Amino acid sequence: MALLEVQNLGISFGGLRAVDDFNLKIEKGQLYGLIGPNGAGKTTVFNLLTGVYKPGMGIIKLDDQDITSKKNIEINEAGIARTFQNIRLFKELSVIDNVKVGLHNQYHYSTVTGILRLPKYKKIEKEMEEKALSLLEVFDLDKEKDTLASNLPYGKQRKLEIARALATNPKLLLLDEPAAGMNPNETKELMDTIRFVRDKFEMTILLIEHDMKLVSGICERLTVLNFGRVLCEGPTSEVLNNPEVIKAYLGE
Amino acid sequence: MKKLTLNKQTKSNLITYGIIVIAYFVIQIMIATHTMSYHMQGMLVTVCSYIILAVSLNLTVGILGELSLGHAGFMCVGAFVGASFSICMKGIITFTPLRFFLALLIGALAAGIVGILIGTPVLRLKGDYLAIVTLAFGEIIKNVINVIYMGIDKNGLHFSTKDTVSLGMEEDGIAVIKGAQGVTGMPQDSNFTIGIILILLTLYIVLHLIQSRDGRAIMSIRDNQIAAESVGIHVSKYKLLAFSISAALAGMAGVFYIHSFDNMSSSVFDYNLSISILVFVVLGGIGSIRGSIIAATVLTILPELLREILYSISKDSNVSQVITNSRMLIYSIILIVMMIFNWSPEVKEWTGKFFGKFKKNKSGKKEVA
Repeated sequence: MALLEVQNLGISFGGLRAVDDFNLKIEKGQLYGLIGPNGAGKTTVFNLLTGVYKPGMGIIKLDDQDITSKKNIEINEAGIARTFQNIRLFKELSVIDNVKVGLHNQYHYSTVTGILRLPKYKKIEKEMEEKALSLLEVFDLDKEKDTLASNLPYGKQRKLEIARALATNPKLLLLDEPAAGMNPNETKELMDTIRFVRDKFEMTILLIEHDMKLVSGICERLTVLNFGRVLCEGPTSEVLNNPEVIKAYLGE
Repeated sequence: MKKLTLNKQTKSNLITYGIIVIAYFVIQIMIATHTMSYHMQGMLVTVCSYIILAVSLNLTVGILGELSLGHAGFMCVGAFVGASFSICMKGIITFTPLRFFLALLIGALAAGIVGILIGTPVLRLKGDYLAIVTLAFGEIIKNVINVIYMGIDKNGLHFSTKDTVSLGMEEDGIAVIKGAQGVTGMPQDSNFTIGIILILLTLYIVLHLIQSRDGRAIMSIRDNQIAAESVGIHVSKYKLLAFSISAALAGMAGVFYIHSFDNMSSSVFDYNLSISILVFVVLGGIGSIRGSIIAATVLTILPELLREILYSISKDSNVSQVITNSRMLIYSIILIVMMIFNWSPEVKEWTGKFFGKFKKNKSGKKEVA
């Protein structure tokens, strides 16, 4: 049973079919890549999967549960977390508070408990702090925990976004161009981090990326999008040697 | 590590409470030693209610990040509900502190409920649109109360929108709200000490809310709504929470404010008042609770202080009339200068150097206070 199963997914903006007849199957624990030229509809697929857009047609199933047309909050609760192509952190919050917002739905106390600072507040805040710190340690951000998110260097902001997404305890993690704007060293470090996240959290990861080094380095399977349609699908080495893919995207 | 961060927050909160308490004792000493004019003493209740209003509006504008121009409307609801309660219960509950406490509570609740009713549809809007609609609601509340007549007799409450006679009360009935005349015959229960207690209560609620799980959710919406939704934050729920708490506190301030007068009409709670409160928040620094307190105090006292100073300078001269009339002009100029001064990069840099060791706290302060 695949963790994520997408059938015949499609959406139109005006007369333009941005995504058409899109199929995708990701097994649990897989590191899956979605590649394709600019404007092929990769981010649109992400927005469809996370409920930012409502699909015009098709079915999305996560863990055999139909999540098609659900709201983005419900989809997050069902188990999909994402990062964004243009980083969207909570800029005026500290690094650790960003992660704590991600933990929001797993730790509960009432508003009144929070205002009166009842014993439950202290207990749960302590648990949240510990959990958030352990996540930050994974990404080597624990020393900057009190820094404002907007003051972090670019590479660390990307990492913090991943940490925040992981804090929601997802089954599937979507990364939208995680290496965009990184130098080769940072990209290499990021590859290690992504692999580490997959192993440590037994995470299933779907990522969009243009950096072919990263894609060929860590992705096990690929889907290539072109003009909103699936051009090719299969194991990474096969796909990257497919003449059609080379012609449409990689260049001869 | 954990203890350290909590202590930092608690420390910052304690400093804020401390400023209020110290100010209270300083003013008490000034009153006792007759170094404060009667006119200024009369301002104290107003200053206290404006501080509460500024802090509560900061919850909407600074913490939630939505511009609201109808804050005086919520104050108005609280004021009239609280005042009506006090007048109706004047003969029944004779223990003043209890009656006033209940009036404050009921006024705050009423304003909070109106906040929920208005916020539910309105908070779907964003930015300028939200500002315009809250402005309209503020005016609507004021004008609705302006035409309401309410009376009480042994049969209970009577309502009308015509006049006092059409209330059709028994002979023992008293008219509580009289349309454009507003409420009359209120017990004057407010005083400076109660004002300080209410400020401390407001700070307690607002600061603790900001530093809790709900507060983080509210601030995450301010910083990036799409990202907040993507991590499962129920945006409309938390918007409404912040908005209604802000409205309830404004209502409480309204009850407190109106109980320092014998009578009051709803026309006081107009657009100008909403804007004045917003000016306190913006000038004090959006999102900075301490800034709101200071700005509310300075800007409320300043015009009156100017009046006193200008009067004493120009008492005997021919130009006295001109100078005293230019009081509001000078006030406006000071406002503009302060606004420019407060936000200029050079000043920020200078204060950064001056408070060098607090610099770290300051960057942390933005998220908590």
